Amino acid sequence: MVAARKNRDQPWLMRTYSGHSSAKASNTLYRTNLAKGQTGLSVAFDLPTQTGYDADSPLAKGEVGKVGVPISHIEDMDQLFDQIPLDQMNTSMTINATAAWLLSLYIGLAQRRGIDPTRLSGTTQNDIIKEYLSRGTYIYPPGASMRLIADTINYTVKHVPKWNPTNICSYHLQEAGATPVQELAYALCTAMAVLDRVKASGEIKPEAFPQVVERISFFVNAGMRFVEECCKLRAFGEMWDELTLTRYKVEDPRLRRFRYGVQVNSLGLTEAQPENNVQRIVLEMLAVTLSKRARARAIQLPAWNEAMGLPRPWDQQWALRMQQVMAFETDLLEYEDIFDGSPVIAAKVKALIEGAKREIENVEAQGGIIAAIESGYVKRELVGSHMNRLRAIESGDLKIIGVNCFQETAESPLTVGSDGGIMKTDPAAEREQIERLQAHRRSRNDSEVRAALQGLTDAAKSGENIMPSSIRCALAGVSTGEWGDSLRGVFGEFRPPTGIDIAIDSREVLGKKDQVTDLRERVANTGNALGRPLKLLVGKPGLDGHSNGAEQISVKARDVGFEVVYDGIRLTPQQIAQAAQEEGVHVVGLSILSGSHMELVESVLQELRLRDLASVPVIAGGIIPREDAERLMALGVRAVYTPKDFSLNAIMGDIVDVIRECNGLDRIGLLH
Amino acid sequence: MTSPTLPDPEQLAARILRGERAAVASGLNLLDNKLAEARNRSARLLAALSGERWLSRGHLIGVTGPPGAGKSSLVSAMIREWRLSGKTVGVLAVDPSSRPELGGGALLGDRIRIKNSSHDEGLFIRSLASRNQLGGVATEVWPMSWLMLACFDIVIIETVGVGQTEIDIAEIGDTVCYVAQPASGDTIQYLKSGIIEIPDIFAVNKCDLGAPARKTASEIGRSAPRHDRRENWDYPVCLVSATMNTGIRQLQEHCERHREFLANAGLLGKLRTRHQSAWVVRLLKEEFGTFGLELAGGRAVVGERLRENPSSQFAEYERLRQHILSRFMSVNQPSSLTKKEHLDEQTIV
Ligand code: B12
Ligand SMILES: Nc1nc2c(ncn2[C@@H]2O[C@H](COP(=O)(O)OP(=O)(O)OP(=O)(O)O)[C@@H](O)[C@H]2O)c(=O)[nH]1
Ligand SMILES: [Mg+2]
Repeated sequence: MVAARKNRDQPWLMRTYSGHSSAKASNTLYRTNLAKGQTGLSVAFDLPTQTGYDADSPLAKGEVGKVGVPISHIEDMDQLFDQIPLDQMNTSMTINATAAWLLSLYIGLAQRRGIDPTRLSGTTQNDIIKEYLSRGTYIYPPGASMRLIADTINYTVKHVPKWNPTNICSYHLQEAGATPVQELAYALCTAMAVLDRVKASGEIKPEAFPQVVERISFFVNAGMRFVEECCKLRAFGEMWDELTLTRYKVEDPRLRRFRYGVQVNSLGLTEAQPENNVQRIVLEMLAVTLSKRARARAIQLPAWNEAMGLPRPWDQQWALRMQQVMAFETDLLEYEDIFDGSPVIAAKVKALIEGAKREIENVEAQGGIIAAIESGYVKRELVGSHMNRLRAIESGDLKIIGVNCFQETAESPLTVGSDGGIMKTDPAAEREQIERLQAHRRSRNDSEVRAALQGLTDAAKSGENIMPSSIRCALAGVSTGEWGDSLRGVFGEFRPPTGIDIAIDSREVLGKKDQVTDLRERVANTGNALGRPLKLLVGKPGLDGHSNGAEQISVKARDVGFEVVYDGIRLTPQQIAQAAQEEGVHVVGLSILSGSHMELVESVLQELRLRDLASVPVIAGGIIPREDAERLMALGVRAVYTPKDFSLNAIMGDIVDVIRECNGLDRIGLLH
Repeated sequence: MTSPTLPDPEQLAARILRGERAAVASGLNLLDNKLAEARNRSARLLAALSGERWLSRGHLIGVTGPPGAGKSSLVSAMIREWRLSGKTVGVLAVDPSSRPELGGGALLGDRIRIKNSSHDEGLFIRSLASRNQLGGVATEVWPMSWLMLACFDIVIIETVGVGQTEIDIAEIGDTVCYVAQPASGDTIQYLKSGIIEIPDIFAVNKCDLGAPARKTASEIGRSAPRHDRRENWDYPVCLVSATMNTGIRQLQEHCERHREFLANAGLLGKLRTRHQSAWVVRLLKEEFGTFGLELAGGRAVVGERLRENPSSQFAEYERLRQHILSRFMSVNQPSSLTKKEHLDEQTIV
């Protein structure tokens, strides 16, 4: 047995992305995780908090405490960090549109606890640009979002210098289908847009600008093609070094280092044979740890049951142990960069850089990333890439073990427990959070709250930095919804292009061609039999931002001949039912991945009944556990699809049959 | 196999006239339906809705222009104003279908831009695919717009401008508004083509972009004839921004002014009658080709019959259809319609 060398490198920061139900429950979870050897915190917020609504807003119904912790005001923040010393903790917060607010609550809490904000360290994700492309928790138009990012940067550089005010994200782009080249290009375009904006704000003296550049960190993805992914990270490092030197004239090479954290790819984690995800996660971690020159600063891993639902503490512990085994049992940290000098790696890195540079030029020629988002260009590119990925899975060109090959399996002992192998959040959480919030509102000083909110609105209008007035709001006891609404009043709201209007014949492979031809006939014949072309409404009710499934279903449906109405994410059940009525659709397809499917589907069904549309069939898809699927069917839903239904063609065939059956026509049956 | 139940047309018409949303929706479904029984009932539905209102009531506005010019955004901004003044609005948003050999499907993407997030009972949007029919606009758009005219104060038809659509839209709308994209090749192309004479109003959108918008506006101003050769209407060319909400009121005033102009000049009813006959011609052509249409006496005869008997387009269509069918049977015999009935079709143009 050989003992580990003494002078090993420091391991990366190990985190677990977590938070659920309430500040209190999450605090307990964090303290247990820290006791298990986790070295930093990564906070998951619930969707109302991320989109600037209070727990008692009608839009928050069913979503409070579901996919993260609800933070409505400073007392919640206090409880979340109970017995956790803020000045010794490195806290990462996955928060974007409301990042300035959550950071204000954190700073306000530190001040209240007598801690100097200069001692706070951590990260706010605060890359609102990628929210328009993938993550979906945007609120305000792009111009206002850029300003909020710039304000937090300008503020923290001066007052909270150890804070990473923004983490430019390519992670989410890959989760929305991006290729490595697209990830590189769009993330770097975003970084440029942010830095240019900060520079233009004139708040930073030119000689201090390199410090701003240094504070920009990245949040990156790593998928199964781990050699290519490793090269992508080396490419990121080289491109960032060059960009910061040439464009921003940062002379000190240490300030040009590409600093990044990682969550490995979760899009490729499967519902079928979920235990295989463990191998996937470990292999993906190799990409971001193997090469010392391009090693991650912080890693958080998904759990084996990613595609089934939320992870339980034990599932997260298993993921943390993967990191610990890698860092402490292997000899990984004992070597210099093991790829330096490899011509194979160098050639791949070069190819990625060239591809990314071309795409960056392309975006710049369109007026930069913001213009290319507003025009829908970038989103269309992502939807197109994701479509290619799904087609490759469907045709078998891209093998996914247990999904499109090697499907036979013994029953898994992991999924048979009474909890179905996933975390169930506390059903009382929403009610309790609302009660807490309402009690809080009664306890605060109303005139202070009003004055603080007025200050916020004034700052938003005048263009003065938003942070000081937000911190004042935090200390006065303002709520998340009040902060969000005040800025809505000034900035307005925004819905980005959906990107599904990609050209039909621009992509060569159509999945299984004969099936597509067959489907087109079925769709056309059924339309003829019913008197008009088949029309499908794809709806995303609630605050859920997972759009991939809805987009791909929409594009596929169009390709096989449906007339498709898809209005993007975050609609109310009422809006969806109204669209179904006005559009006269033959079928309504709902896509819900946030876990709120029971509440949301039920309200859509009710809204449809209110409009005499009970006869329009409703189908649903997303992360829906089997028992819930049965309950939905009992409510009248005609079919439920989950990630293991990977064949979009088969789903289309099914939808045609659902429509036929509801209109008194015979089913046609399975595709060949 | 049972066919889905179709609504009773007369009852439906009564509900539509009361402005019931569910009835409007099922009326539109019926008009879209090609089954024989549905066509029958469609004709009855429209007959029950027809009347003076089709010649004088409401305002049909066609909004066209190149892809991405901001048509939907502008429509949305105008709707906000109309709704504030209490007017109800119906919208037909037409998007292109993919080619038949590619499945003929369509992504209908205008709703998201037109509708602001709030729930509004006074606004009704139906999206429609162009369905690769003769022109750029599906034939269904005509009857659907008439249905909407029966129950909404303003009816807007949004189409992507691709040459043919402008010609079609000019045969549907009382007022045609062309939305130009600043500094775009499409607009330049457009200026060069003869289609420039169609719109009644030019809106150069995205004026928040500054110089390119002003340049485009002046180019249009220079190329467009100041007066319609036929009428005394001055083409306004206005600079607007949907996102900044600038110039929206003025654009709306131009629309309203144009309608007043038509009404005062006694042209509104004539224009609509002409559009009714355009639809009949189009349907006949789609079904029987140019040859079939000639058998019925051609455009001129259709036009004349509708002038004599406005808003009778359904009955007229049925009559001519039967006529053509019988003529097909005995195609060698001379036309039963005499030469003198071939009037000049351009009476009001
Ligand atoms: C990709 C992904 C993301 C991307 C989303 C990108 C995008 N624009 O879609 C990003 C990184 C942004 C993201 C973010 C978050 N995610 Co996420 N995400 C996933 C992931 C890994 C894959 C989902 C996916 O896109 N699959 C590919 C598509 C094609 O599959 P699909 O949607 O399932 O669709 C298939 C079927 O379900 C069905 N279908 C789906 N919809 C419809 C509709 C119709 C009409 C029909 C017929 C069929 C159908 O057909 C499709 C074909 O197979 C899942 C886990 C997993 N592996 O499934 C987690 C997952 C859905 N995310 C989760 C969470 C919690 C989040 C966050 C809320 C975390 C947080 N607290 O901030 C955020 C915020 C997102 C938001 N705004 O709501 C949870 C949800 C937990 C739950 N349900 O209990 C999951 C399950 C992960 C987990 N185990 O924790 N995520
Ligand atoms: N800068 C600016 N952008 C605008 C304006 N109006 C619309 N846009 C943007 O232009 C893009 C297209 O707007 P739409 O309203 O969808 O345009 P459209 O003409 O209806 O598009 P299609 O129906 O797809 O042909 C969107 O990204 C809008 O945000 C404007 O006044 N100024
Ligand atoms: Mg549009």
